Amino acid sequence: MNIQTRPLTTAPLLPEVFEVEEEHHDAGAITTLGFWIYLMSDCILFASLFASFAVLRDATAGGPTGRDIFSLPYVAVETACLLVSSFTYGMAMISAGQGQKAWVLRWLGLTLLLGLSFVGMEVHEFIKLIGEGSGPERSGFLSAFFTLVGTHGLHVTSGMIWMGVLIAHVLRRGLTDANRTRLMCLSLFWHFLDIVWIGVFTVVYLMGVA
Amino acid sequence: MHEPRGPFIATTAHGRAAGGAAHADVRSYLTGFLLSAVLTFIPFALVMSGTAPAATVIPICVALGVAQIIVHLVYFLHMDGSSGQTWNTAAFVFTFVVVAILVAGSLWVMYHLDTNMMPGMMPTG
Repeated sequence: MNIQTRPLTTAPLLPEVFEVEEEHHDAGAITTLGFWIYLMSDCILFASLFASFAVLRDATAGGPTGRDIFSLPYVAVETACLLVSSFTYGMAMISAGQGQKAWVLRWLGLTLLLGLSFVGMEVHEFIKLIGEGSGPERSGFLSAFFTLVGTHGLHVTSGMIWMGVLIAHVLRRGLTDANRTRLMCLSLFWHFLDIVWIGVFTVVYLMGVA
Repeated sequence: MHEPRGPFIATTAHGRAAGGAAHADVRSYLTGFLLSAVLTFIPFALVMSGTAPAATVIPICVALGVAQIIVHLVYFLHMDGSSGQTWNTAAFVFTFVVVAILVAGSLWVMYHLDTNMMPGMMPTG
């Protein structure tokens, strides 16, 4: 927001240094706000998918219902993976705040592993369903299910790729201001995906089985 | 210098020295994690035990889900409505309204379409 209006006269050096610092600081905050706005638009994407699912959840076309195909213990483990990964990412952010690069990398690695377990379990569930003839083409309910849960899974996968790239960034350059801003944006993204998952397990799985 | 709070909490290289704040942060994440774990466990246990009828279980699940989302927003995303995050909160509230209209509107419209277009409702002759 600091549009250059500084006069070209003999400005003392010190305030200039401060101003540069302030500008840099603002840049990080503005990037994070911009990313937050993106997340809000993503929220609307997920809301549309949730609305479609809610409309189509009874359109089973004689095929299986949620009660027939969902395994709640399985979903509980998936949920645990994602919830713990939100916590470990939080710990990575705290380590970043304290400037402990090694711990940032450890927590990020652990988060990545948990994310990988989550996506692995989800892919396994999808393959099993398709193998049983309950693929997205079976009914409106299953189309909506695969679209909603698959979109969330794709988001988690993108988050993991991003996390891998960020680990490389931190390894090479350390905890620079740019890397801190990136870590912050991914943190928002990761926590946001966990929040979407709360909606998924409540609306899709629990309400599907109850 | 103003210190942005909330979702920006750990980006500020300047806030690095604040050991006390970092400690409070660990506590915030732990509290959020424990609350969230409890709020996940209850609805799963309720549905998996299968003791209560769906009509009572579903509203409870939805209420606990909403509570859990609030826990995540407060303890993981650190949204607290302080002056440092006016724009974040404004964007969030706006999105919340759009989401509510989108979901409630879709369900309302589709429910009525469904009801009015059932074969029994069609004018005959």
